[in-house]
Amino acid sequence: MADRNTFRLMLLILGVIFAFLYIPISVLVGLSFNEGGLPTAWTGFSVKWYGALLQNSDILQAAGNTLFVAIFSTILSTILGSLLAVGVELRRRNGKWLETIIFAPMIIPDIVLAIALLSFFSLLGARMGLHTIVVSHVVFNLAFVCAVVRARLRNFDWSIVEASTDLGASTFTTLIRVILPVLMPAILAGALLAFTLSVDEFIIAFFTAGAGRSSITLPMQIYAMIRFGVTPEINALATVVMGVSVIALALSQRLNRGGLPGQ
Amino acid sequence: MTNDRRPLILMSPALLWLFGLMVVPCLLILALAFFRRGLYGGIEYTWTLENIALVFDPLYFKIFMKSAGIAGLAAGIASVLGYAAAYAIASMPRRHQPMLLFFAVLPFWSNYLVRTYAWIVLLNREGLIVNLARWFGFEGEMPKLLYTESAVVIGLVYNYLPFVILSCYAPLSRLNPEIAEASRDLGASGWKTFRRITLPMTVPGIATGFVFVFVLSIGNFVTPALLGGGQFQMIGNLVYAQFLTANDWPFGAALSMVLILVMLGLLMLQAVVTERASGGKKQIDG
Repeated sequence: MADRNTFRLMLLILGVIFAFLYIPISVLVGLSFNEGGLPTAWTGFSVKWYGALLQNSDILQAAGNTLFVAIFSTILSTILGSLLAVGVELRRRNGKWLETIIFAPMIIPDIVLAIALLSFFSLLGARMGLHTIVVSHVVFNLAFVCAVVRARLRNFDWSIVEASTDLGASTFTTLIRVILPVLMPAILAGALLAFTLSVDEFIIAFFTAGAGRSSITLPMQIYAMIRFGVTPEINALATVVMGVSVIALALSQRLNRGGLPGQ
Repeated sequence: MTNDRRPLILMSPALLWLFGLMVVPCLLILALAFFRRGLYGGIEYTWTLENIALVFDPLYFKIFMKSAGIAGLAAGIASVLGYAAAYAIASMPRRHQPMLLFFAVLPFWSNYLVRTYAWIVLLNREGLIVNLARWFGFEGEMPKLLYTESAVVIGLVYNYLPFVILSCYAPLSRLNPEIAEASRDLGASGWKTFRRITLPMTVPGIATGFVFVFVLSIGNFVTPALLGGGQFQMIGNLVYAQFLTANDWPFGAALSMVLILVMLGLLMLQAVVTERASGGKKQIDG
């Protein structure tokens, strides 16, 4: 009897927490389809606010920039992060300093990395723009790719590497023909994760973008827009951005069951 | 495995990247904190402790303390809610747990700005909550909801709650149910079993969650700027202003340095708590 009551209490807690987590974003998604655009009254289903997004050249330009940054930082960080993961696991006995350096980009507060990179770039006299955002995003992205790939390598049977070497394959051949195919799902999952993180990243991009409109990314555009309040257009844009992250995450999860950091 | 150079060759591109674009820039910030601010916002390369002293000037120290208070409140609320959620998930049938956990964490992976914006939609003057209250017949002046300290705390809790759920779920799911059963067989009530057995054994999860929410909150500048309104300042906003508007980089660097030290201290404390708890667990096992 007591156990049944406990179970009911647990269900109630779950209900309340999930409501807290999901009501705000659901309201946002719902409103983005509201014809009238106002939260005060439902005037009918419409996708016209999504159409308005396609007419907004600022948003389109920002979306293009975001795609550029995300694609290049994903490619770079996937290569660097995967190689790092294989190296680290191959070496096995790693000092504490190495683990700290690899782990640091994931826990270092964005604002600290952002101002550090801003100071660094301006001290070097580098012109800032999309390229500096790409280079900066690789810093944290490679750590996440490395974590996902390492998780996969824990169950890796290293004897097949030895077999490959014994059979006369060079290190490079072994890497490409033996290790890479086994790691492919994890590498793709890591790449998708890096892509989402890069698309969503705001603070570091904001600090390393330099002046001017030409290198504004989508999160920077969203930040500028929401400071002025609520509009139906932002609701639609927010829904699109959220949809992209959720799809990429679901794909990543499917590719690499249980391999996400923290899970 | 032979003692060869291959691992180092594989690791070197990424390590060089991290060294050049993380280690060096962070060291640069540390150095910057001890330089003097130039006349026109530049940097004068003479050593000084003025910037560090300025951080502890009452005017700025007050903001530091307020940020710590807000971060502590957010971390506290998130820990209670997150622990309750994780406990509830861990008490569901095993086969449903991965899915419940996935949906609890899913919002965490969507855009931070969008999640914060969702609260502007709910809390603003013409927002859903005000409208709901009117609909239920509430007349008269509504209290201001958006651009308040509470809105900032709600936003932080909302954004970081999934993180606490994850960190609390890990130790809860590893808990051996037989220990709690034994406690109840020996006559302890459910509440007493929870307080004396379950809670102490899962404290590391709460500590991890609390510290991370605190650390992520105290340096946050987006949530205070969006939900706290233009005048609302936390340490993150102050750092932001030094770098992007006031152009006093050495002071901004000094602020971040103190911030980093506070964070490192807390992370070390959390490591100690985890260590202690795992030591205690060994005693129970043995």
